[in-house]
Amino acid sequence: MKNSMLLAACASVALFATVAIGEVAPTDVVFSDTGAVEGSLTGVAGDPTNGAMVFKNRKKGNCLACHSNSDMSDQQFHGEIGPSLDGAGSNWSEAELRGLLTNSKNTFDGTMMPAFYVDSGFFRVMSKFEGRTNLTAQEVEDVLAYIQTLTE
Amino acid sequence: MKKMKKFTLSATVAASLAFFAGTASAQVSDALEVDGTVISTTAPAPDFLDIDQVLSGWLFRTPETRALQTDDFDNPGMVFVDQAIDDWNAVDGSEGKSCASCHTNGPEEFAGLRAELPRWDEAQGKVMNMEDYINLSRVEHMGAEPLKWAKPRMDAMVALISLQSRGMPINVAIDGPVADMWEQGRELYYTRVGQLDMACANCHEDNYGVMIRADHLSQGQINGFPVYRLKNSKLNSVHARFSGCMKNIRAQPFAVGGEEFRALELYVASRGNGLSAEGPSVRN
Ligand code: HEC
Ligand code: HEC
Repeated sequence: MKNSMLLAACASVALFATVAIGEVAPTDVVFSDTGAVEGSLTGVAGDPTNGAMVFKNRKKGNCLACHSNSDMSDQQFHGEIGPSLDGAGSNWSEAELRGLLTNSKNTFDGTMMPAFYVDSGFFRVMSKFEGRTNLTAQEVEDVLAYIQTLTE
Repeated sequence: MKKMKKFTLSATVAASLAFFAGTASAQVSDALEVDGTVISTTAPAPDFLDIDQVLSGWLFRTPETRALQTDDFDNPGMVFVDQAIDDWNAVDGSEGKSCASCHTNGPEEFAGLRAELPRWDEAQGKVMNMEDYINLSRVEHMGAEPLKWAKPRMDAMVALISLQSRGMPINVAIDGPVADMWEQGRELYYTRVGQLDMACANCHEDNYGVMIRADHLSQGQINGFPVYRLKNSKLNSVHARFSGCMKNIRAQPFAVGGEEFRALELYVASRGNGLSAEGPSVRN
């Protein structure tokens, strides 16, 4: 009950591109030297089912644009730019995954992988995306929960 | 002549339908030849690039899409060339002239032009694109309205004139008076933009040859422009394509015909030096 109220609050606040109470703002995320982020961005457990949706949705994470993922072999096209994500849930810790989803540039120097929870410092962002993050904090937690199911 | 064309058209349409029905075994070689004109789809890369070879976007398309470009009767872009021929002959503007009134040898007069553009024009004191030359003639010589960039009438005229250079090697100068602009274009090519924070080079230099979801990434060459795209069933100009790629990475595109895209076009064109002019080409 409490959770669903918080979720609803997150959803409506996200519409106005501000940060929900209890959520870590994009500029406040603390990274370790290797780019990991300890502790949830929202305090709400990630939902792997929604995470899978965000993962394949072309207007959300669109992770399949660059990564293949055997767990989604029902999806027609898998990208070849990044490594396959088979086993990523065992190869990386939760904090490492949270970090590389939030801002992969702290993990992989100069990577082409987009930052999913960064809202500033970009050049010539299309106006409707200006000042906004690619995914919401909760969506990052959801994708993270989904990736953790990809164990070998 | 027109009649003969129609006849051949329907014959090849039938042939190409049969071809599609033949499916998976459809094979087209890497050599592209149209009506006896050999088109080089590979060339040694210009010195300023770190890659060995430059490759036409044609090579990255499916056998079915490639096949459409091997015969002008199958190439849907040629319909627009025909429209441009009508436009070429149509009187427009205060001087009562058409293109044909001055260019009495026909569009063939412009063989080789596409391959050199964009280029420095001493008389104009600036770098000129194909669109600039078309509008220069319309405004100065015909007393007509300039055509809008990246609109059907302009794209068709660009296609007609580009076609005259088909098979000729792209040879865009990068030094002398264009050096600064070329440098600006190079910088843009490597500058990350948009919420997805990518540069042209991320896709077209670092990752050509691999799939980005359903798309097979090419080198993003412009030797084949204007391009007929099956996706939107029309000719697409260079600047429209640049806009499209920028929008895909959630970047605010630069203005079509504006300073940045002109610089980028000069730079990208020069990356294709050695490839053949191929327009109007066919892409997905
Ligand atoms: C535009 C391309 C692109 C997109 C989109 C993308 N990635 Fe990546 N990703 C990469 C690349 C490239 C690497 C490898 C790191 C490097 O060398 O830059 C990578 C690495 C990773 C890794 C580490 C894998 C390993 O085994 O080393 C994970 C996990 C990952 N990405 C998850 C995701 C998820 C989840 C999404 C979507 C929310 C996503 N990526 C979207 C390009 C992308
Ligand atoms: C996220 C990846 C990505 C980025 C970044 C990108 N493009 Fe593209 N581009 C594509 C895809 C996908 C296509 C269609 C397939 C192909 O031809 O590569 C394409 C096609 C093109 C084409 C058409 C090639 C042809 O033969 O028809 C040109 C030209 C081009 N891009 C130029 C650019 C320029 C210039 C930039 C930077 C402003 C850029 N692209 C940025 C993905 C990208």
